[in-house]
Amino acid sequence: MLYREAGQFKTSYTADMAIFPIRQDRIALILLLLFAFVGIPLLAHFQLWPLGSDYMLRAILIPFLILSLAAIGVNILVGYCGQISLGSGAFMAIGAYSAYKFGTGVHIPLEFLGTEIRIAPLPVLPSILLGGLMSAIVGILFGIPSLRIKGLYLAVATLAAQFFFDWVFLRVKWFTNYAPSGSIAAPDLHFFGYFVHSPIERYLLCLVFVTVFALIAKNLVRGNIGRQWMAIRDMDIAAELMGIRPLYAKLTAFAVSSFIVGVAGALWAFIYLGAWEPLAFSIDRSLQLLFMVIIGGLGSILGSFLGAAFILILPILLDQVPHAFGVPVSVETVSHLVFIVTGALICYLLIVEPHGFARLWSIAKEKLRLWPFPY
Amino acid sequence: MKADVQERSGAAGAGHAGTDRAIGDVLLSVENVSLAFGGVKAISDVSFDIRKGEIRAIIGPNGAGKTSMLNVINGFYHPNQGTITFKGTKRHDMRPYIAASQGISRTFQNLALFKGMTTLDNIMAGRALKMRRGLLWQALHWGPALWEEIRHREAVEKIIDFLEIQHIRKAPVGKLPYGLQKRVELGRALAMEPELLLLDEPMAGMNLEEKMDMSRYILTVNDQFATTVALIEHDMGVVMDISDRVVVLEYGRKIADGTPDEVQRNQRVIDAYLGISH
Repeated sequence: MLYREAGQFKTSYTADMAIFPIRQDRIALILLLLFAFVGIPLLAHFQLWPLGSDYMLRAILIPFLILSLAAIGVNILVGYCGQISLGSGAFMAIGAYSAYKFGTGVHIPLEFLGTEIRIAPLPVLPSILLGGLMSAIVGILFGIPSLRIKGLYLAVATLAAQFFFDWVFLRVKWFTNYAPSGSIAAPDLHFFGYFVHSPIERYLLCLVFVTVFALIAKNLVRGNIGRQWMAIRDMDIAAELMGIRPLYAKLTAFAVSSFIVGVAGALWAFIYLGAWEPLAFSIDRSLQLLFMVIIGGLGSILGSFLGAAFILILPILLDQVPHAFGVPVSVETVSHLVFIVTGALICYLLIVEPHGFARLWSIAKEKLRLWPFPY
Repeated sequence: MKADVQERSGAAGAGHAGTDRAIGDVLLSVENVSLAFGGVKAISDVSFDIRKGEIRAIIGPNGAGKTSMLNVINGFYHPNQGTITFKGTKRHDMRPYIAASQGISRTFQNLALFKGMTTLDNIMAGRALKMRRGLLWQALHWGPALWEEIRHREAVEKIIDFLEIQHIRKAPVGKLPYGLQKRVELGRALAMEPELLLLDEPMAGMNLEEKMDMSRYILTVNDQFATTVALIEHDMGVVMDISDRVVVLEYGRKIADGTPDEVQRNQRVIDAYLGISH
């Protein structure tokens, strides 16, 4: 009754092609954005529930936003273009370490040529974007095998990227500026002369990045290139016979996906971790991102957010449950229980709705359009 | 567009010979083409041509090499011998997307739609070649990229109107009934505005009514847009009614070539494929 599109006529193709063609959706999105941009900072400022302490921002909202961004990147490659990748963690690492190198200054001695390459330390924003760019370049390189191999074999090829870069960042000391422990700290976050320091500022910074990149991703997937990606995913031979070049479609998917994942990696390192070592971007991270995308919904930007929320927040919530009920169990038991319950829930969800949360959401919307009538 | 469709709707049953269309020069010629997969010879030494503006049928029993022939024409298979000349240029290294950009589009025997996409997106994907805006413009979805999108959307809406599939515009094609899927696939091929349209069994598995609809669409496309059509079909009634010339293949060899009347009277064709009506 509330969610009804009767009477909303579209008089132009622009209106029909809008991201949210239904008015109620637009209102909901505006409210959500208002809450995220204004409401949460206000709550944090006045220290109201649930933002009484920094915990909510630091441990939940900031990682949720950054992992959502990474999941959007993975979704473009896996969900929209159908190229399975297990190397997302590596691309996050490339983004993070490249941003670190650009942020602290690049020095490549080329003694055998009698010269050297020296780039002065760049400000944070260009460093992060250049980190994304480096990740995109490496993504294109590792995307080349996808022109020949498909499915699980491609997954194995991307797995090679994961192990290779784990090794590179651990062993090649140049990347960590010869830090003895291998652990490095992010440069100070100065944006246009403004020092981003407190949790709420960090949160807003992430929010801006995520909003901008989610919009860009949505624009790409609803445009010509997005249709080419999906065509390659659904029926690559037919797509090629329609004049879609697999080379261009697949490599752009790898490039765009790696760029977004790389930016997310730089944010993860700079904003969430602050100081990190290669372990932060291990195979676990790749798998986590892949699960987010599968559970959230392959081929859906909204699904990336839902998947990230589920995978990240569910364990935290489950962790709180025994304490909330005052059940006397040890911390260790709780953490084991969290694993068991999360795993079981994932299996259950995939059996009930293999297309993920995004599909559940669209089914709910269909039902809501008719509610309270059965049809 | 609607009026044209209705005007022509009787044509399928009435036969195609009466209309005076201009059949032009040779658009595509196949000369001594042979194709083998390992030891299996799919096509041996076949030559025929397709003239501009005609409806050309390729018929023959199962396994005669008809679909392989279409695959050779649109560059998916490379012939082991022989040459193909399209619009007066001899082909060398052919890739499917080059054939597509030269104006050859096709439909498939077993549907090859993009199942996860809507009808609209499927047909829009057929215009991928015509859209030129780069990634950055598309990322903004504004200005030139938006105008381009709208311009192509208008063209696609015309096709949707023509094929009478307005009601399924936003439906995912994977869930549509078979007859509609076939229509969407034709729409996708038409979106490329092809010069040569290859149809691989456009009427397979359809009932009489759907066959009549499909015949009507093919005739209208041929008539209104002057699109040359080459089709493979097993329904002899349809083939003999709508095509201008028929080539008959058997075991990869050409056994007859001519107007429907000539082919129907050809003894080899009767023996190999048509049989005798009792």
